[in-house]
Amino acid sequence: MDMKATSGKKLGLKEKYRHMTRGLDWEPSYQKKEDIYPYMAYEGIKIHDWDKWEDPFRLTMDSYWKYQAEKERKLYAIIDAYAQNNGHLNVTDARYLNAIKLFLTGISPLEYMAHRGFAHAGRAFPGAGPRVACLMQSLDEIRHAQTQIHALSNYNKHYNGFHDFSHMLQRVWYLSVPRSFFDDAVTAGPFEFMVAIGFSFEYVLTNLLFVPFVSGAAYNGDMGTMTFGFSAQSDEARHMTLGLEIIKFILEQDPDNVPIVQRWIDKWTWRGYRVLTLVGMMMDYMLPKRIMSWKEAWEVYFEQNGGALFKDLARYGIRPPKWLDQIAFDKDHISHQAWATFYQYGAASDFHTWSPTDDELDWLSKKYPDSFDKYYRPRLEHWREQAKQGKRFYNTTLPQLCQVCQIPMIFTEPGDPTKTCYREVDYLGEKFHFCSDGCKEIFENEPEKFKQAWLPVNQIYQGNCFPDGTDPTVEDFEPLAKVLEYYHVNFGRDNLDFEGSEDQKNFAAWRGMATTNE
Amino acid sequence: MQMDLRTVSIEPLRHTYSHIARRFGDKPASRYQEGTYDLQATVNFHYRPTWDPDHEIFDPARTRIKMADWYAFKDPRQFYYGAYTLARAKQQDAAEATLGFVETHGLVDTLDAALRERAARLLLPLRHVAWGSNLNNASVCAYGYGTAFTQAFIYQSMDQLAIAQNLTRVGLLLGGDEALDQAKDDWMNADAWQGLRRYVEDTFVLKDPYELFIAQDVALDGLLYPMVYEAIVGGVFASQGGTAIGLATQFMSEWFGETKRWADATVKTAASESADNTAQIEHWVTHWRDRAAAALRPVAQIAVAEGADELIAEQVEQFNARMAKAGITV
Amino acid sequence: MSTVFIALQANEDTRPIIEAITADNPHAVVNQQPAMVKIDAEHSLVVRRQTIEELIGRDFDLQELQINLITLSGHVDETDDELTLHWNA
Repeated sequence: MDMKATSGKKLGLKEKYRHMTRGLDWEPSYQKKEDIYPYMAYEGIKIHDWDKWEDPFRLTMDSYWKYQAEKERKLYAIIDAYAQNNGHLNVTDARYLNAIKLFLTGISPLEYMAHRGFAHAGRAFPGAGPRVACLMQSLDEIRHAQTQIHALSNYNKHYNGFHDFSHMLQRVWYLSVPRSFFDDAVTAGPFEFMVAIGFSFEYVLTNLLFVPFVSGAAYNGDMGTMTFGFSAQSDEARHMTLGLEIIKFILEQDPDNVPIVQRWIDKWTWRGYRVLTLVGMMMDYMLPKRIMSWKEAWEVYFEQNGGALFKDLARYGIRPPKWLDQIAFDKDHISHQAWATFYQYGAASDFHTWSPTDDELDWLSKKYPDSFDKYYRPRLEHWREQAKQGKRFYNTTLPQLCQVCQIPMIFTEPGDPTKTCYREVDYLGEKFHFCSDGCKEIFENEPEKFKQAWLPVNQIYQGNCFPDGTDPTVEDFEPLAKVLEYYHVNFGRDNLDFEGSEDQKNFAAWRGMATTNE
Repeated sequence: MQMDLRTVSIEPLRHTYSHIARRFGDKPASRYQEGTYDLQATVNFHYRPTWDPDHEIFDPARTRIKMADWYAFKDPRQFYYGAYTLARAKQQDAAEATLGFVETHGLVDTLDAALRERAARLLLPLRHVAWGSNLNNASVCAYGYGTAFTQAFIYQSMDQLAIAQNLTRVGLLLGGDEALDQAKDDWMNADAWQGLRRYVEDTFVLKDPYELFIAQDVALDGLLYPMVYEAIVGGVFASQGGTAIGLATQFMSEWFGETKRWADATVKTAASESADNTAQIEHWVTHWRDRAAAALRPVAQIAVAEGADELIAEQVEQFNARMAKAGITV
Repeated sequence: MSTVFIALQANEDTRPIIEAITADNPHAVVNQQPAMVKIDAEHSLVVRRQTIEELIGRDFDLQELQINLITLSGHVDETDDELTLHWNA
């Protein structure tokens, strides 16, 4: 790497940064290195020279504070103005807000987990470069959690379903999908954590969440979400670069690292892909004004961009992640399969679902010519018809969950969208169930870890999801009502169909006040 | 359709999130409250850490301090990320202006050569101490319990990185690259620094996050900052014509004045919880204060040929008084 | 050939930056999307400090990009004068 532009005695960026990071570090002699950094060996990753680490962005704390303060000033000015002007009434349609509820309950608390996870990883690495980059990311991640909570605070004041996000993340059935994803990453060793979050999630997958979805928020009049989304994403550029650097660094250090990293890439691409099912549904069904289908976003940000990345990593002996054929086939299906699930389980969720309008169905037909009319449109139209007759369909049978991704068994066989995919494994005399070959193989590689999973449905059946003091043996015991109470989901306000909801009525009434003289 | 949304007067359904309302009632909450309370997961963890299978991901049993509610802690500065970053950007800006003034007016060149040498010898190895503190505070953030307790430690950790970087700039000003190399060599080999380096490395292997907080932020920093930046830079050096050094290190002295209030509150809250906590904290504070005082004595001697013992004794006395206010008798 | 990209918020600060990028990278393709601008380029893309400075008439630190950056792709090499994105394969 050459040094350009070092004029006079003023230090260049790279030279200055070297003094400011690795120049601070020293070889300890009063304590053993393996006692100071005890988590460095057990994953089997071999690092010979931490100084070979290339710092991607060379941000010292003075510049960090300066630029971040500017971002924060802009962001909070917009959040304040947006709240003061009742900006929430500017969104295209109150249905939109349900996508943002999913964001707050399913994603913001993960930003917090990332904060703690990167503090742990930064603490664990003996190299000065990765330590500083990880700790800076830890600091950024608490920013993301807090700016999201602050930006959405005003929505919480006016709409249901936002009100207890942290409590819900730890209990509600579908929220165990994103939560177990992050718990899995944080409980892994620090190197795997970096591949899981720094690389697979940040580099390969978060663009799908933050870029097209947030651009969609802007398109739907949600200035608040657009602002925190893009403001967070400006930090992501640093995080993504860290993710790419760490993987290159590990691969360059020792050829024995390659198969370990490959297994992590396979695992975490699949894990992340499964979590993003929720984002697919948000994009295809929950944005009243659509800019891009999930499939199109997947093609741009995963197939094209990820393709370029894996081509680049080929020289280290890394091949593209496993199960790509299935992933490529599924892009026509998963968002529809997910929406159908949430529609059916609309009584047990903390946000509203609805029947798409004709206009929206036509858009989906156009965007998914090979799958939507054939497999999904008839069912949605049937449900809509039923709802019109006052028979809105709610499924009250609890679904079987996948032991690894924790999504109900809603996905279909590779290549056959009419046949639900089931896999199982016997381990220590117990049967475990999976939604796919990917999740099954992930379990087989780490059965001791995944057998611990806190599966919400199994926990309900074991009686662990009722409020303290509940007696399930009383006559007329209503388990669903008690489970919702345990979740802090207010029945009839947070859940059920959007049609007839308090959100719908309030939004219409408040908008009416703004456009008439009553 | 044109809407004048500002004219709409809407009665909100609720004033804050439910978990905040359970703690403080349903009334408008501060950004510190909404950004802090109950943010960390406490139940239904999916897997045990492979790196620490004896504990949950977040586990209050990692420390001997027992709290009925870890959200009893409160940062008196009410720092959430935004408030923290704006405060630091402002402080750094002021420090930058002062450092720039020292630089452009060549104030360092007006220093007596011997004083300049002593200042470099004293201050520059401290960048390694700050780097150690960056690591230790990251530890407390990672392994502590509850956002009200852990949040401030990532700020403290990055502050210490900034201090290490500010000291690096002071070093470049005082003596260029060579001064930094000399300081590193002193830190690794000179007798005067070995007690302190041993102290720092010994804290690297502490597992109890609260003890680490005591060893690093309370005991070591509680003696080091007032001794170096107030007594030596602000007193001894200033009286010898070294005001420029005080200007160049302004960030550190102001920073300590602010952060010690947070450290005191963090001690006080845990100590007032129970007699057991108080006894445990008193034990840790005594142990690490005595070690820190001993480690700092030869460092003080770099700056003052005579009277290092008195200087340390004064610092310990002030420190004890500070602890007494926080409910700790040592 | 692989594509790198950089996306910036669409606002007054980034207008001259985007102009500079398109001037320095004739092969780049600019995509306007709601509230953002995404610039794709085959193989590599360079952001030059000097070009931006000429357009804004003041000193510019490339790290100021951080404020309005949304995302990027490719290996990053940053010096005082240039930020380069590229793929090796």
